[in-house]
Order: sequence, then structure tokens, then C-alpha cells
Amino acid sequence: MVELTTPISAEEIHALQVGDAVSLNGVIVTGRDAAHKFMVEHFIRQPAMPEEQPLYAELMRLLNGGVIYHCGPVVKKHDDDTCSFVAAGPTTSIREEIYQQDVIAHFNLRGIIGKGGMGPDTLKACQEHAAVYFHAIGGIAPLIAQAVKQILAVHKLEFGIPEAMWVIRVKHFPVIVTMDSHGQSLHERVKWQSQEILTALLE
Amino acid sequence: MITMQPDLVEAFMELVRRASTILPVDVEEAIVQARAHEPANSASERALDTILQNIQLAREGSLPICQDTGTPIFEIRYPFGWSTLMLTEHIRKAMREATARSYLRPNAVDSLTGENSGDNTGEGYPTLHFCEWVEDYLHVDLLLKGGGCENVSAQYELPDTRLKAGRDLDGVRRVVLDAVFQAQGKGCPPGVLGIAIGGDRGSSYLKAKQQLLRLLDDENPNSELAALEKQIYHEANALGIGPMGFGGETTVLGVKIGAQHRLPASYFVSIAYMCWANRRTIMNVGPDGKVTYG
Repeated sequence: MVELTTPISAEEIHALQVGDAVSLNGVIVTGRDAAHKFMVEHFIRQPAMPEEQPLYAELMRLLNGGVIYHCGPVVKKHDDDTCSFVAAGPTTSIREEIYQQDVIAHFNLRGIIGKGGMGPDTLKACQEHAAVYFHAIGGIAPLIAQAVKQILAVHKLEFGIPEAMWVIRVKHFPVIVTMDSHGQSLHERVKWQSQEILTALLE
Repeated sequence: MITMQPDLVEAFMELVRRASTILPVDVEEAIVQARAHEPANSASERALDTILQNIQLAREGSLPICQDTGTPIFEIRYPFGWSTLMLTEHIRKAMREATARSYLRPNAVDSLTGENSGDNTGEGYPTLHFCEWVEDYLHVDLLLKGGGCENVSAQYELPDTRLKAGRDLDGVRRVVLDAVFQAQGKGCPPGVLGIAIGGDRGSSYLKAKQQLLRLLDDENPNSELAALEKQIYHEANALGIGPMGFGGETTVLGVKIGAQHRLPASYFVSIAYMCWANRRTIMNVGPDGKVTYG
């Protein structure tokens, strides 16, 4: 098991190979459909509007060498107005394929956490910008919630609780590298192998 | 016939809590079995270990097994004389309460405005199917159907030239294997396949979803379908997609097929893909108002 803490260096990313088990630590940011669409449309395709400047600067800081987590958590508000994650498993990543390469390049991301893997554009961006895809186990919400030690901030809460960008501190978040920075994708390999078997079964 | 219909808000709330936090015993057992078949120290074994650990944590802490608490689908069979309007009201109140207590994630989004209703009620949400029956008690099946696996569910119209699938059970086998292949790891395998043959597009998907309510080790009363279930189970696992799509021995935990009449012009096969978190719970309410769960 490899221990990594954000911000992660390009060297640490290059040392990872498909199949490696990693324990992630440090500050990460959740972002799924609405967040990715927002970042691309409001920050990447055009300069940030004045009223969005503080959020833009904050994201530039958090995501530089950082990690985005494709997750829509269940959040519980306590009596003292603090919040905690009750359930925080990954959501299907492929929906962000059209945005991910731009987000990786623009913010200098080192990692994506999600499930189900991503496509060729993201794999290429991982190679070009020293990033990897960390696969969390789909559905293990309470287990991952346990790894979330603290909620530091929340942005874009108007997107709704699952779609908002939660800034969280994690400890021992268990993931597996399924797309590395050397152009390898476990998803591509499994797809190719299962295609051969399917063809034989449909003879 | 009962004279006074009981207030079932609390009972439905408990049904939702159980469905969201306790995985059925047969499903957990199937995952334990699957784990034993994965190679030692493989990514697939690690995935199943983590899943089993998580199932226990959810049950003990009364926490949602998965953060996507799914589309709630209620299949309700009620005795003569019950008011379905009142049952609907009780269920909607229970949804709000279960959401407030974090057993459910706010999961109902207005398709036009994108606004989340925040309480798991909305237009056509939750899904309720009522059917009167001759028994003297109320029977409710609740399925919490995850969205990731719903997105890889599929419907085929036979014949399908690409897959050389004709209008027979071999054609059914072909399209189902294609659906499992297309899904790869995106539906959170190892999952359960609910399959329907026949009907129109709408009734076909409904029938497919209803198959997910069956126990994994039950026997299909139709011997031809029972044989097909076994064959697809073995062949889908032979694809080697494995837990989470990491590669491995187990891609499906169960295959359940139902058939219904169709129009001469149509031959639909629907595959309701369910993730490993096959969350289904039963509630019965006797004529004396006594509530039991199974």
C-alpha cells in the first residue's frame, strides 16, 4: 500500500502503476456533473467573472497538485450547525469525460477519484500532465465517510448537497490506480479481454 | 375488511431505513462466496473485502450502504377496502422523515429546473405501484435502485442483426451478454440481472425490475427460464469483468428472468442491471395492524 498526501508531486505520480493500492491523505475536493460543467464554462473557457474571482483563486490553490473526487455525499447537519459526511462513496466518472482533460490541465490536478474508469481523453491528459485515476470502490459509502476526517468548506451549495464542491480532509482513503501516467488503463485491458470472450460466446 | 386504516408513516420510515442500511442476507452471502473465488491479493479480492467491511459498518451504524440511496420503488399489494390515497400520503411523509434522518440522500431533482426537492418527493417520485389482492394483509416490497447501474440497464428489440439475436431464448442470451459487456465496471459489479422477455417497452422494464425482488437462490418455476438463468450466470461470469470491472471471477451474483405476453410485432428484452447493493426489503401489515419486516 502506497501512502500519498496532497499536494502530490509529479514524481510521486510517475512512480504509480496500474493495479497499485494507495492510501490517500490530505485535502481533496468533491466535484461531479454540475461542478465540472461550471468549472469549464465559468473558469476555463472564459476568464472568471469578478464575483467568481475568490472561488476561482481558492480552487486554483486547492487543486494545484490536488485531487478531485467524483462524489455526491449524504451530509448530516448537526444541532450545533456543523456538518459531517454520513455516506461518501464515488459516483460514475465517465460522465465527466468531456470536461476532465481541461480540468486536469487548467488546475494542474494530480489525481481523479471516481468509479468505472474514464476514456481516452482523460488517459491522454494523465500522460501529458502527470496525473492518475484512482478507483474507489463503488458504493462503500460509510467506509469512505469514516476516512473523511473534516469538512473544511463547501462551495456552490446552490447546486444541491450531492453536486456541491465539498473541501474535505481525508485520512487513509483506500483507492486503486486503474489509469496511470504511462498510458496504461486497467479498464481498457479488461474491456479488450472481455470483448474476445464475448465474441467466442456469440459464435 | 378493516374499519380503520392504521397510520403507517413510522412503519414505512422503518422500511426505508432497513432497505437503505441492511443488505439482504442472501446478497451478502453471495458476496462472501464470490470473495472466496477471487485470486489472493488481487484487486478484485480487495474490492470484495472492502465491500463486505462496508456492509457490516452500514448495518451496525444504521448508515446508508451507498451514498446513492437510489430510486425508491414500492410494490404494494393491499387488501380490499384500503385507501391507496392514504397509503401514498403515508409513504410521502415517511420519505421526508427518512431524508431528514439521513437514511436517504436528497435524490429527487426537477428535470426542468435542476432543483433538488430536498426531501425525496416530487413529480412521479417515489415510484409507487399499487395492486389489490385477495389476502387480508398489506404486503410491500421496497427496492432502492441505484442510478449508476440504472444508467447501464438496457433494452433490446429482437431480432438484433448486430448480435445475431433472433426471437428465441438464444437471442435473449446474446443480448443479455452484450448488455453485461457494455456495462463493464460502470454498474458496480458484481451485480444482479433482472431480465424481462416480452411486453411493451414500459411493461418490459417494469417486469425486469420486479425480478430483482426475487431471492438469489430461488428456482424459476419455468424450467426453460431456470436453465437460461444458470447459463447466463456462468457465461456472464466467464467474461472476466469482475468486481468493479477490475477483472476477476465474479461479474454477476444472480440472474433472474421473467416473461410476459407481447404484441406479434414486438419482442423486447429488458435488462435491469442492479449493483452489488441489491437493496430490497419486505414489510407486511396484518389485519390486526401488526407490522413485520423480512
